[in-house]
Amino acid sequence: MEFGEIVSVLLQGAVVTIQIVAMALPLAVLMAFSFGLIRLYAPTPFKQIAIVYIEFFRGTSALIQLYWIYFVLPFFGITIDAMTAAVVALGLNIGAYGTEVVRGAIQSVPKGQYEASIALNFTSSQRLWRIIMPQALVNMIPPFGNLAIELVKATSLVSLITIGDLTFKAKMLADTTLQVGEIFGVVLLFYFVMAQFLVFFIRRLETHLSKGLGRGGLHS
Amino acid sequence: MSAPIIEFKNVKKCFGETVIFSDFNFKVEENEIVSIIGPSGSGKSTLLRILMTLEGIDGGYINVAGESLWHMPWQGQHVPANNKHLHKMRNHLGMVFQHFNLFPHMTVKRNITEAPMRVKGVSRAEAEEFAEKLLQLVGLADKADSYPNDLSGGQKQRVGIARALAMKPSILLLDEITSALDPELVDEVLDVIRNLVKEESFTMLLVTHEMYFAREISDRVCFFDKGAIVEEGEPEAIFTQPKEERTKAFLNAYIGQ
Repeated sequence: MEFGEIVSVLLQGAVVTIQIVAMALPLAVLMAFSFGLIRLYAPTPFKQIAIVYIEFFRGTSALIQLYWIYFVLPFFGITIDAMTAAVVALGLNIGAYGTEVVRGAIQSVPKGQYEASIALNFTSSQRLWRIIMPQALVNMIPPFGNLAIELVKATSLVSLITIGDLTFKAKMLADTTLQVGEIFGVVLLFYFVMAQFLVFFIRRLETHLSKGLGRGGLHS
Repeated sequence: MSAPIIEFKNVKKCFGETVIFSDFNFKVEENEIVSIIGPSGSGKSTLLRILMTLEGIDGGYINVAGESLWHMPWQGQHVPANNKHLHKMRNHLGMVFQHFNLFPHMTVKRNITEAPMRVKGVSRAEAEEFAEKLLQLVGLADKADSYPNDLSGGQKQRVGIARALAMKPSILLLDEITSALDPELVDEVLDVIRNLVKEESFTMLLVTHEMYFAREISDRVCFFDKGAIVEEGEPEAIFTQPKEERTKAFLNAYIGQ
């Protein structure tokens, strides 16, 4: 098989991978913020629900979660297509790690910031969204960046539930052409480029959000 | 004589097993400037923090401007205050912190205008005009667009004072506002307070280790030890003729330096 053809097939797979990331990442961020905030501020029963979610999705294998959602849930009458199953499983999985990022970042904002915002009589939601969160966001960006890259790499699991992502196409090509060196070389490069794109985007975001906070080497 | 603007009645405060106040009574009259001096751990800062609602109390009552701070009437009874009541009561109070606690993600101007705009609903134009006035008062008119991290400690604290004043509190609490500063920066901050009290009348409660400043600015000085006022009176009396042994020992240790 010609190299150009290999690249073309793999590109189709890469597009599917990017689609999954593009849908699972917002879900993960949504889960991370909602359950991170529940974990910190909600009444105890809600906190316990959050803990169950977090510990379950962190404590079990992402692949098995994916199998459950795609292969086992139909036995309970819940049938979802492979793409949705992939997005849900990966979004919930990465989101569970993200909750701890959100919680840790909020808790790392110095106590004096809360006290100053109470003294100035801000309401509790103003305190959170105007004073604490803008500072916490900056702390969240680097660990969220790591999770986003983890997500890109974890998408390769979806090849096991029949989705034609980058890994799936690569294995298919490798089985038929045996040109494993070229194929997996290109695959490696594709994943790397996707991760680098995220890294670039995350750095931009960090610079933008840390304005005034004196991070990023301008002043300590 | 009118009712005191601040009154502590039989206040009890503990941190776990440690008793800070067991039966604390204290009054401040309107427009009175009271300095609180005393050794570390004597409850000086806790007193201010309780007033600012940063710490609750475990017993007793506190009145601020004629209303109970930590309690409110409900169905004919006196019950612990809810958030709404605390929110209302905080309008009387402003606080300047030892470690400034400026908001690092906001410019100096926004540090000062944010609360008046969001909490009091003041228009942006009005809030910014007042912020400019306050920045002039503290000598930082040229720093409006800087971020706190670009300022010196003394400048940060002057912004901290301006930020507290922006809410127009009737009672100003100053919690060791020069303790975190290099010695050469202390006076620029104290000068701001000196000018402030010259221009306007304030009820001011300050915890300080700057004895000369306490002596110069206060109407009354209270010497605190182990959660109680050991001795209080006019500054001249306290500093030149202290009656209690503990006051003498404390002042000697300071003046002896």
